[in-house]
Amino acid sequence: MERRSTGFWLLTIFFGLFLLFLYGPTITIGILSFQGPGGGLTFPMQGASLHWFRDLFREQAVGDIWGAFRRSFALGLMVMVTTVIVSVMGGLAFRKRFAGSGILFYLIIASLVIPSILVSLGVGLIFNQFGLRVHWASSGFGSQLTWTLPFGLLIMFAVFNRFDKSYEEAARDQGASAWQTIRFVVLPIIAPSLIGVGLFGFTLSYDEFARTLLTAGSYNTLPLEIYGMTTNVTTPVIYALGTLTTAFSLLIIGAFLLAAWAGAKRRARLGSDAGKGV
Amino acid sequence: MQILKNRHVAGWLQAAPLTLVLAAFLVLPIATIVTVSFWQATEFSIIPAFSLENYRFLFGSSVTGRVFLATFRYAFLTWALTLAIGFTVAYYLAFHVRSQSWQIALFLLCTIPFWTSNIIRMISWIPFLGRNGIANQMLISWGVVDEPVEWLLYSDFSVILAFVHLYTLFMVVPIFNTMMRIDRSLVEAAYDNGASGWQTLIHVILPLCKPGIMIGTIFVVTLVMGDFITVRFMSGSQRANVGRLISNDISLLQYPSAAATAVVLLCTVLLTIAILLRFVDIRKEL
Repeated sequence: MERRSTGFWLLTIFFGLFLLFLYGPTITIGILSFQGPGGGLTFPMQGASLHWFRDLFREQAVGDIWGAFRRSFALGLMVMVTTVIVSVMGGLAFRKRFAGSGILFYLIIASLVIPSILVSLGVGLIFNQFGLRVHWASSGFGSQLTWTLPFGLLIMFAVFNRFDKSYEEAARDQGASAWQTIRFVVLPIIAPSLIGVGLFGFTLSYDEFARTLLTAGSYNTLPLEIYGMTTNVTTPVIYALGTLTTAFSLLIIGAFLLAAWAGAKRRARLGSDAGKGV
Repeated sequence: MQILKNRHVAGWLQAAPLTLVLAAFLVLPIATIVTVSFWQATEFSIIPAFSLENYRFLFGSSVTGRVFLATFRYAFLTWALTLAIGFTVAYYLAFHVRSQSWQIALFLLCTIPFWTSNIIRMISWIPFLGRNGIANQMLISWGVVDEPVEWLLYSDFSVILAFVHLYTLFMVVPIFNTMMRIDRSLVEAAYDNGASGWQTLIHVILPLCKPGIMIGTIFVVTLVMGDFITVRFMSGSQRANVGRLISNDISLLQYPSAAATAVVLLCTVLLTIAILLRFVDIRKEL
């Protein structure tokens, strides 16, 4: 093995410290959520117990967190499916320049950079003016899309920029219709990146706070519920909730990554040997 | 059916859902905010009559200037720190980690927190920075200080720490992306001509990373400038930025005043982005 320079080791230490900085706090509250019944928000641990997790399951103790979780989960799925479909269609549209595509592109960038509280405030005001009731599944859903769609579209742009058009031409030469070309050639090729779009769609929605703040209505999503707890809960029960949600997020991320990995393996196994001179 | 083959028609049909969502939940809300910013409010209701009162109050108040200055300061400090850390991390991943599977694994490790809850990541600093937190316990046991340091939590320090914690990945990802596209033979050529590692980094790699740095900058600057929740939570409501000005007005139901502040914030953000976009062609970088 070749000798690594001092620079490499210094950078490795820096990177290690960065990871510690990134994950340290989360691990800390993970540990503290097992605090004994008499323990507080900081170390030392007063024994170890599942006391605070049990507290979470007692309905009155902390408000309607399970209802909030169900709503956040449903909303995450809704946003995920919509983001995938709309992003793919948008990605297909942007492969050719059409009148006004430049404006639409800058609108997507605007959606990414406009402060989220403005979306929240604006959508809230519109619903207010038209006498509609804000609800997480209508106004909340739409507001979150303004955050997830730009990410989905940026991924799709990157995918289609690297897309080999000769596959499509081959399909068309063989007599495939436009729809058949998309359904049987384009979609299977871009399928793995759709997992990525779905991951962004679900997780960004599941964790969104500012955009849902004024648009969720009387039923809170989970991040809103957690934020509400920070102002009036002073026991480690909030750490227990944090640990559970983070564990759930990690589970979802793991499932998406596993799906992407399995897909890649399957394609490698079943892939064509064309052009390899077998 | 011939009309569907027209590329403008086909393009708009495919982009229709996207256009509808952005029109209904981005363009219309912003237009509403702009309109409402010229309205007036009493304690109980909004009066839809044209007036410049909100802006007159906003620009006449000494608070406004201070709060905008504080917002720029947060944005600048966070930008400088995330750039320094993000660039170093991306450089390590792109040029010092040689095996591709390690590269992917470590890159994923850097991005996973992005997909978890920001609120919880903020909360998780409390046991670390609090009066009896880990940081203070360590400082005392090392003999650095005699009594707990008070400014660790609920201060500018904790606000910026949280910003850096939340947003450094927005620098790492685009910079790493541009670094991976740098032709390695350019680096080889620099070495062959006798450049040191440091010289190669400064004169070859850094200039080629400009697009990634710009994209990361746009993300970090806009996220920090539009933030209100990090400042509120990490400063224990003791510090202000423009976002908090807006959210305070909202909680007092002063929508026209909130809208006017929002319009000024929006113009500031868009102006900043317009300047940054002069340095990078986003469409080319995808």
